[in-house]
Amino acid sequence: MEILHTKIQEKLNHLIQNSKLALGELTLEVAPEHLKEVCLILRDDPEFDFKLLVDVCGVDYLHYGIAEWETETATTSGFERGVEPYGMKNFNPKEPRFATVYHLLSLDKNQRIRLRVFLSEHELKVDSVESIWPSANWFEREAFDLFGISFDGHPDLRRILTDYGFVGHPFRKDFPLIGRVEARYDAKQHRVIYEPVSIEPRILEPKVIRDDTRYESDNG
Amino acid sequence: MDKMPEIRNYTFNFGPQHPAAHGVLRLILEVDGETIVRADPHIGLLHRATEKLAESKPYNHTIGYMDRLDYVSMMCNEHGYVLAIEKLLGVQPPIRAQYIRVMFDEMTRALNHLLWLAAHALDIGAMTVFLYCFREREELLDCYEAVSGSRMHATYYRPGGVYRDLPDKMPKYRASKWHNEKDVAEMNANRDGSLLDFIWDFTERFPKRIDEYETLLTDNRIWKQRTVDIGVISPDRAIAMGLTGPMLRGSGVAWDLRRKQPYEVYDKLDFDIPVGVNGDCYDRYLVRVAELRQSNHIIRQCVEWLRKNPGPVMIDNHKIAPPTRVDMKESMEALIHHFKLMTEGYCLPEGEAYAAIEHPKGEFGVYLVSDGANKPYRLKIRAAGFPHLAALDELIRGHMIADVVAILSSLDIVFGEVDR
Repeated sequence: MEILHTKIQEKLNHLIQNSKLALGELTLEVAPEHLKEVCLILRDDPEFDFKLLVDVCGVDYLHYGIAEWETETATTSGFERGVEPYGMKNFNPKEPRFATVYHLLSLDKNQRIRLRVFLSEHELKVDSVESIWPSANWFEREAFDLFGISFDGHPDLRRILTDYGFVGHPFRKDFPLIGRVEARYDAKQHRVIYEPVSIEPRILEPKVIRDDTRYESDNG
Repeated sequence: MDKMPEIRNYTFNFGPQHPAAHGVLRLILEVDGETIVRADPHIGLLHRATEKLAESKPYNHTIGYMDRLDYVSMMCNEHGYVLAIEKLLGVQPPIRAQYIRVMFDEMTRALNHLLWLAAHALDIGAMTVFLYCFREREELLDCYEAVSGSRMHATYYRPGGVYRDLPDKMPKYRASKWHNEKDVAEMNANRDGSLLDFIWDFTERFPKRIDEYETLLTDNRIWKQRTVDIGVISPDRAIAMGLTGPMLRGSGVAWDLRRKQPYEVYDKLDFDIPVGVNGDCYDRYLVRVAELRQSNHIIRQCVEWLRKNPGPVMIDNHKIAPPTRVDMKESMEALIHHFKLMTEGYCLPEGEAYAAIEHPKGEFGVYLVSDGANKPYRLKIRAAGFPHLAALDELIRGHMIADVVAILSSLDIVFGEVDR
């Protein structure tokens, strides 16, 4: 894995922004404009030989590192402090907010690599790698459906997992877990109708971030 | 010359409520006569946003959701998830827990392949195999029940080990209106010993049972006519399409994570990786049946090891694994640990990890991003069936309508994991 890391640094150093080896996994950060070039080299160079695209997924970093329940300071307001929704909090949204993550696998060399492309919320598009690995087709459709990331050059960018006529991108962090609409059968109109949700969002187990000295190693 | 009659392609729905759609698949087929020109699978009818739900819950609460992904290979899903957590935490379960996990993974593989064989044969028209396979599944599900209390959704694997050690007793049948004392005595004959004795007894009989399925199918003329040279995919194309597991091995690529990137104790066990030659439905059938035999072989090795080596099945770190009930009643510290674990859970260090296992269907991967909290920041499940179904269009182009069913079931699709 370290050999791969040095080889990558030799050959791709001008194309990648950052590379990191943690937990035995190699992560490269690539700018959106260089993605296709890097992918082609990783696939076709016999020293890398990443012929199999394992996975493509989107990540929304909006609430990264923000807890629902402060552990450093105490308040007098009791449990209420733990159920304050994110919308009430003051925080600076992360920029770039989104990322697409690619996991590659080489069968001959028996090694894996991860690519990450950070994307700004204002320019939420990246080149499709469908022409390099056909298996990206559905994975990119999924990322488009759930996060609203558009892939340039994708042959068939439709929604895949959500309902026909669905509005919004449900895996974004600012999309409520309970959704926005609920469906029911209306006996008068003889069809299924959508209405705004009638339940309120609740936090059952607050998200807590604890500084743990045991993990102050080079994990991340 | 007379005007030619106008010929146009015909588009129709297959599913979402079709018995051979293996769940809820809406497949839009465009046909020219009886030949498929294009297939457009519409998925997501079983989408439950498992990954989003996981983001709102402490880590251990999500183990149960993993069972419900691929609901015919429950413990393997848990395994992938638990491995990702352990990778980030940097802990390793005790060796006995690793053997137990491998044993149940292989039993799960047998469960999955038996259900696949049953459904595949039924789709193509062989009824008997279905009944035979369910006979064996029954005993394997009894093992699930004995160890976890649940026949399907076990929630048995935990970060740091497994929930509890293997039981010394098997549950027994009781006489009822339908079964008299004599029947029941016969049914309980192999249930007098421990769970391991029961599993051992099963593995003694299982190879003969596999022979029975093979007698019915392998040289069967109708079976071969329906599967040989149907849905062929070349090795290069299979890799490009992201196929893994038996789908890839059916095309002749000897790729198995248990051997190539061993996890738990697979490197200490002896087993072969069966591969196909032609990459058609028939070879995928042969690969899976051969895997049944290999799984049986692995289970036997695990049973032998587990009989000889008692020991702990959970790590002794109460920041991750709750203390025992007895400790909790006596020690204040244990009580606090228990309370914190059951309410807030444990925090993972900041970072990201990808853990993959050789799931019965292919590579099942879990990509976990943690920001140091007690809940996953992002959990991405790389389901094996997802790229397989994406390849369906390519596999069935140019085949007849009747072959759609054969090819679809040879992919081994379960919608719990495709839709997530």
